[in-house]
Amino acid sequence: MRGGLPIFPVEADARSVVTDHLFFGLLGLSVAIILLVVSLVVVFSVRYRRGSSAKRGELPEIVSKEFEIGWTVATFFLFLFVFWWVSSSQLSGFKAPANALEIHVVAKQWMWKTQHPSGVREINALHAPTGVPVRLVMTSQDVIHSFYVPAFRMKQDVLPGRYTETWFKANRPGTYPLYCAEYCGTDHSQMLGEVVVMRPADYGRWTAVQPQPNDLAGQGGVLYRSLGCGSCHDAAGPNHNAPSLGGLYGQQVMLSDGRRALVDETFLHQAIVQPDRNAVAGYPATMPSYAKAIDEEGLNALIAYLKSLPAHAGGRS
Amino acid sequence: MSLTTTPGEFPTADPDAKGARPADGAPMQQSFWTDGGQTVWSWLGTVDHKRIAILYAISITAFFFLGGAAAALIRIHLFTPHGLLFSRDTYNKLFTLHGVIMVWFFLVPSIPSTLGNFLLPLMIGARDMAFPKINLLSWYVFVGGALLTVIALLAGGVDTGWTFYPPFSTIYSNSAVTLAAVGVFVVGFSSILTGINFIATIHLLRAPGMKWFRLPLFVWAMYATSMVMILATPVLSTSLLLIIAERLFGMPIFDARIGGDPLLFQHLFWFYSHPAVYIMILPAMGVISEIVTVAARRKVFGYAFMVYAMIAIAVVGFMVWGHHMFVSGMSPYAALVFSFLSFVVAVPSAIKVFNWTATLYRGQITFAAPMMYALGFLGLFTIGGLTGLMLASVPIDVHVTDTYFVVAHFHYIMVGASVSAFFGGLHYWWPKITGRLYPEGWARFAAILMFFGFNFTFFPQFIMGYLGMPRRYAEYPAEFQLYHVMSSTGAMVLAVAYLLPLFYFAYSLRFGEVAPANPWNATGLEWTVPSPPPKHNFDQIPHVENDPYEYHAQGHAPEHGKSIHRGQGDGPVRTPPT
Repeated sequence: MRGGLPIFPVEADARSVVTDHLFFGLLGLSVAIILLVVSLVVVFSVRYRRGSSAKRGELPEIVSKEFEIGWTVATFFLFLFVFWWVSSSQLSGFKAPANALEIHVVAKQWMWKTQHPSGVREINALHAPTGVPVRLVMTSQDVIHSFYVPAFRMKQDVLPGRYTETWFKANRPGTYPLYCAEYCGTDHSQMLGEVVVMRPADYGRWTAVQPQPNDLAGQGGVLYRSLGCGSCHDAAGPNHNAPSLGGLYGQQVMLSDGRRALVDETFLHQAIVQPDRNAVAGYPATMPSYAKAIDEEGLNALIAYLKSLPAHAGGRS
Repeated sequence: MSLTTTPGEFPTADPDAKGARPADGAPMQQSFWTDGGQTVWSWLGTVDHKRIAILYAISITAFFFLGGAAAALIRIHLFTPHGLLFSRDTYNKLFTLHGVIMVWFFLVPSIPSTLGNFLLPLMIGARDMAFPKINLLSWYVFVGGALLTVIALLAGGVDTGWTFYPPFSTIYSNSAVTLAAVGVFVVGFSSILTGINFIATIHLLRAPGMKWFRLPLFVWAMYATSMVMILATPVLSTSLLLIIAERLFGMPIFDARIGGDPLLFQHLFWFYSHPAVYIMILPAMGVISEIVTVAARRKVFGYAFMVYAMIAIAVVGFMVWGHHMFVSGMSPYAALVFSFLSFVVAVPSAIKVFNWTATLYRGQITFAAPMMYALGFLGLFTIGGLTGLMLASVPIDVHVTDTYFVVAHFHYIMVGASVSAFFGGLHYWWPKITGRLYPEGWARFAAILMFFGFNFTFFPQFIMGYLGMPRRYAEYPAEFQLYHVMSSTGAMVLAVAYLLPLFYFAYSLRFGEVAPANPWNATGLEWTVPSPPPKHNFDQIPHVENDPYEYHAQGHAPEHGKSIHRGQGDGPVRTPPT
């Protein structure tokens, strides 16, 4: 045992303060309700114990259907108010700010891998600067995991085959535990890591000393060329049989079955590993699956590269 | 058997209730225990709802202590951060065993299949269930399925947790998932059969004059529970079949690599498993309503509201499953809707707590063991419900879901509330079922020990959950140790409290005082027949002319010593048993 008895977790993110306020609000309400119920039960139990001299007889007017309707409606509006209060304070936190630093997380049994835009990679660790919103784009290589940092009051499941997102903006330098919170097999309890929050200057110095041959998009470009993606996607002329990828990210595309789809990270991921799933209209479905040729970290790099391509530039770089 | 006992006494303190103590082991009077044969086959082939209830009681008691032993081992293991007893794999199999057995083989069948089976026909004035053979079939299906699963859990072990989340359960787990899922699938049919039987019985076999709004609240609870059982269980069966199909035949359902969707399973699973919480808590609410009224000698406050509240819980309970998935990656707008509905479903539960409390007002309250359990239920259910509101709040849920906070929350509801009510009901109807009184002092001691043991075990888990301790960890960071030690110590106290009734009930079966027909002076048709009831329940089908819980005149609370027991003055008058 070390460090005595912790009572309350550290708050290291602006939203953790909001969450704690909500928690304490609800805790106060709960304690009030429990005290009300318990004191009524105790008072009645003592006062109306069998044979006590307390008055019974005619029941007062207040013991009526109207009284019951009254407290039903009161409870309903109380809960409605709490819902409104809780929900309104979370609405702003749905989406990460546009200027957020984008960090990729790949979970696998039983390890966390993180990729910074600068190309720096970490295992079971994530370095982040204070004061900068950090958007986590996460996927799993096998089963469902959950990225949980109690100090940020932040948790998000990490799923295979799709990207899930969450974000934080740390405000207190320090090292905070990272847990896997979704049961993922034998070593679930060992799937631990740490989030190291540094002042921006320290973060810059830390980044500078990391081995980084290439930034993430650059690593993706290398993959793009080595996998030969360009032989179809960069071909021009009348017989090109694959869509050009420049500026595609964020666009709506028509699929061959008539659906429309938004090109986001999950769409690009599926297009590479399950190309038949969302075949784009106007092109033959000739692309093979690259699921075996590229792992999740490679996919992150490749998608970062695709996102970096300007419109009409093809894949040539 | 005297029916003019002093009102509201405890069995052991009631001079008139003291029957002659028969010679040890002397045969009991003619009752369902003896009538119909004493051979093994007369039990295994019985279609008497009371005997089937006993069969269920024996089965689920075995499962309760098996699941409880797993819980005790888990808590002993967690005394130290690196774990005292097991490898991580064994620990994972152990919490799966605990969850699967406790949820499907104890909590879901507990009150309905034992007290419900025994009491439902008695309470509505019927001689048996609508489908007595289906009733027996449901027990065989239950035992057959449960044994398959238990073999899987004990022989090979299953390491998926009771939730069976794919793709872990379908592709990555190397344990006996298929067999366990087949067993749970089979047991589902037992739930469905029981539900159909209860609904048909309540619709068809009510005695003359037993109008819908004269039904005891326990019967209403069985009705609401049965509705949830037959509507929700097929969805569980479907999702387990899909797990088996993907695991055995590689059908692409949940595997994202080949176009499946792992979240689909979570939607299907919680569409059953959230209503399943109401399968566990609604019967408990029925039991508590019976106990509180008889202990306070009062009509239940707001009978109609109590009925509407149970129906509202059963209906709205189907629309809140998404609150288990706030961090799964669902749309934040869907999360808002599920959050709202989860607040709504808490309203009828709150109303019921207020009504039980108001029922005590101007009562003549006594504190026999059933009432001790009922008061414990009130406190623990309120704490469980209010922490449920916190979990319905998305930002708080994001922080504490899949931590010990959630573990504590659902144990307050499913163990603190449901199991307390089950024990309360068991004590309350024990004289009716067995014809013997239980030792009151021991029973009250066990009730108090259970309440404190429970809180020592689970309250620290709220705190360590908010600190961030994730659930299902075989080993844990050292800063959480003090809370784990508190919790494990409490669990040892709780284990003793759960073992005590086993001994004094066994004692009571053989040496307990003979119980009169109505030791509590309760209203309700089950108290008009001898204890234990004869095989055919009623010599003559009763005619019901009173509302339930008529312990006093309308609008007039009972003064001490005035006519507050049955058969006199303003008490209910029913056809007496012969």
